[in-house]
Amino acid sequence: MVSPVLRLCMRYRVTGLSSGTGQKSPALFHKFITKRYVEFNFSPEKPCEGKGETSRMNLCQAINSALHTTLVNDPTAVVFGEDVAFGGVFRCTLDLQKRFGKDRVFNSPLCEQGIVGFGIGCAVAGTTAVAEVQFADYIFPAFDQLVNEAAKYRYRSGNQFDCGKLTVRAAWGAVGHGSLYHSQSPESFFAHAAGLKIVIPRGPIKAKGLLLACIQDKDPCIFFEPKVLYRAAVEDVPVKEYTLPLGKADVLVEGDAVTLIGWGTEVHILKEVADMAKEQLKVQCEVIDLVTINPWDVETVCNSVKKTGRVIVAHEAPLTGGFASEITAVIQEECFLHLEAPVQRVTGFDTPFPHVFEPFYLPDKWRCFDAVKKTLTY
Amino acid sequence: MALQRCTKHLFNNVRVCTSLIQSMKMCSGGSTSVNPKPDADTPIFPGVQSQWAESLELIHPHSYNKFPVYRVMDRNGCILNPSEEPQLESEFVERMYRTMILLNTMDTVLYESQRQGRISFYMTTFGEEATLIGSAAALAYNDLVYAQYRETGVLLWRGFSVDQFVSQCFGNCEDEGKGRQMPVHYGSKNHHFVTISSPLTTQLPQAVGSAYAYKLANNGRCVIAYFGEGAASEGDAHAAFNFAATLNCPVIFFCRNNGYAISTPTHEQYRGDGIAGHGPGYGITTVRVDGNDTLAVYQVTKASREYAVKENRPVLIEAMTYRLGHHSTSDDSSAYRSLAEVKEWGSLDSPISRLRQYLALKGWWDDAKERSWKEETRKMVVNSLTRAEKVLKPDWKEMFHDVYYDMPAQLS
Ligand SMILES: Cc1ncc(C[n+]2csc(CCOP(=O)(O)OP(=O)(O)O)c2C)c(N)n1
Ligand SMILES: [Mg+2]
Repeated sequence: MVSPVLRLCMRYRVTGLSSGTGQKSPALFHKFITKRYVEFNFSPEKPCEGKGETSRMNLCQAINSALHTTLVNDPTAVVFGEDVAFGGVFRCTLDLQKRFGKDRVFNSPLCEQGIVGFGIGCAVAGTTAVAEVQFADYIFPAFDQLVNEAAKYRYRSGNQFDCGKLTVRAAWGAVGHGSLYHSQSPESFFAHAAGLKIVIPRGPIKAKGLLLACIQDKDPCIFFEPKVLYRAAVEDVPVKEYTLPLGKADVLVEGDAVTLIGWGTEVHILKEVADMAKEQLKVQCEVIDLVTINPWDVETVCNSVKKTGRVIVAHEAPLTGGFASEITAVIQEECFLHLEAPVQRVTGFDTPFPHVFEPFYLPDKWRCFDAVKKTLTY
Repeated sequence: MALQRCTKHLFNNVRVCTSLIQSMKMCSGGSTSVNPKPDADTPIFPGVQSQWAESLELIHPHSYNKFPVYRVMDRNGCILNPSEEPQLESEFVERMYRTMILLNTMDTVLYESQRQGRISFYMTTFGEEATLIGSAAALAYNDLVYAQYRETGVLLWRGFSVDQFVSQCFGNCEDEGKGRQMPVHYGSKNHHFVTISSPLTTQLPQAVGSAYAYKLANNGRCVIAYFGEGAASEGDAHAAFNFAATLNCPVIFFCRNNGYAISTPTHEQYRGDGIAGHGPGYGITTVRVDGNDTLAVYQVTKASREYAVKENRPVLIEAMTYRLGHHSTSDDSSAYRSLAEVKEWGSLDSPISRLRQYLALKGWWDDAKERSWKEETRKMVVNSLTRAEKVLKPDWKEMFHDVYYDMPAQLS
């Protein structure tokens, strides 16, 4: 089994060991390191009630359905980005150009700063713009347009101009073999720019409702899509239009022992950790999907912490300056006297995202479960 | 009060301006004639040297002649203009050809190995062998290379071994990059080949900076930056062109125009005269070449290198070619282009068979050589693969090294 090996590694202090090619990992680790997938079990939502007819969709199809709905119901809407015309490299925009024509669904030249700047302009002129950035890792050429322009449009003009009709979608997070530039979770960079909303769905039902909410929201939104879920996550998704609230966290599992907070793929890992804690430690953990990174649901989080007194926040992004740090700071401000143990962050390491070491890098269920045990015995 | 001060200041400035103009007039007897009068023969705006026009004309892109495509051989390997044939030794051309075959074999085997799940990812260079080998062969060994990702052939020409390529793809402990990057993200200090990074076009302004450093060091070296026609749309490309031109940098911008950026065809990537068309706009010496003609690519790269180093000026080369393979192992190109189109390019205009025909016409190559070299390269790559697969992964602690020069306390 993987866990003892991993725990052994993580306890091993790194200092003082020589660096350089030729240093091998022990043969025992070889199998573990060569594994090329993210380990998690997707746990589907219960079918929605009162939202009418549903259809089996994976995350890709749910996104496609949200875009399709938008293009039908909003005659101004346009959908664009690199390789969007043929369906996108992840197939999320499949058949949209065929159905809605080249003026409304189109390829952009290969230029992210152009994509976002163009999208802002569309929005300023009253058009609903849904822009795709192929990977969250490639959003940085557009950092200036997002942070200095989109985020500040309304504020700097005294609310005369805004680009609330802009939504930027980007494939996000680890898949198990993406390495430095096909794995990153850059949400905390954007959380630092007041004026942007950042939303991350955990599955198809949430994705459709949240994406539609972002598109219709009065502020510019960044919608990060956990790409490992594109195909792996399948649910019965309502066919018609519906929105889910932004800025609202979901309590997925109720409990009184430890609050486990995550978003995107990590939510499924935390649900499994809650099961492990119940089985092996005989305690009930409370699992919260933050859903919206900014502005985030302080109330739901703090109510839970006041109940449990113990918290773990987990994300794939590196530790330092990750969004877990912000949550932790607010918890200690708001719930100081309720805390039974220090808030723990289980995250990626403060290194770039490494290819063959991905299984070590990710905050998998074993690392999160260790944190649960630690916090319970503090 | 404040207003008064302002106005006074303004007037002072005007006086300064007038005296400037007077002094310019005094200089007008010199080499550049400066005449501020609006009816002068040539406009004197600081931003441009041009002529006056007294009738209104909108200048359309089609009023410019398009860059021609320079070639040396026809599709059958026959020399078109004998004075353009590079006078290369038979061994040298044979080495170019052998490297192209080796590259092709390595691509075939590694692509297959990804399909079998043995490596996580791969990108082939099918169809672009002439572009890569022709240019690599014309450079000095220590010219610095900044690549995009589809330039395996350049590194192969420089002697990076099959074992080294394969080890990088497996990310085993023999990989120079210590298993940290995806396959095909090669790099080798010994081969003057800067490690590849996935974010597109970031290498272009960096190449210009390196070229500037070489110019100041006066070391006779130049820098070459390879990039796709898709990557040329990024802001970084324009920054690089402009910096290279204004700061007089000995850099070769080598665009591989292979018709596609993943699924996006060139007509959705740019209008105007391709990537070469940018050259004059930035004040950069430019040439367009048939990228499937190894000898032509060799010729333009050689001439560009000489010019760049001698004049300390940038050159833009646009090599026209066709991406025969899928974009990568994550792509199925039948979703956006027909199999017939690919087949036609593969059979009509194969850079490898063109060079083979040239060699055959010279009497430097035959079927027996072809067969034995193909067999030999296949064995070489397959053996390397079998071996590399068994080599252990790097020490997991390598994950924490090289983030900084010294490991910070928070990592240890
Ligand atoms: C900044 C950035 N945006 C997007 C991508 C995703 N991407 C990888 S390759 C590619 C197409 C590049 O096409 P081109 O430059 O023509 O090179 P070719 O693949 O044809 O050799 C794209 C969009 C990326 N790697 N980096
Ligand atoms: Mg291309």
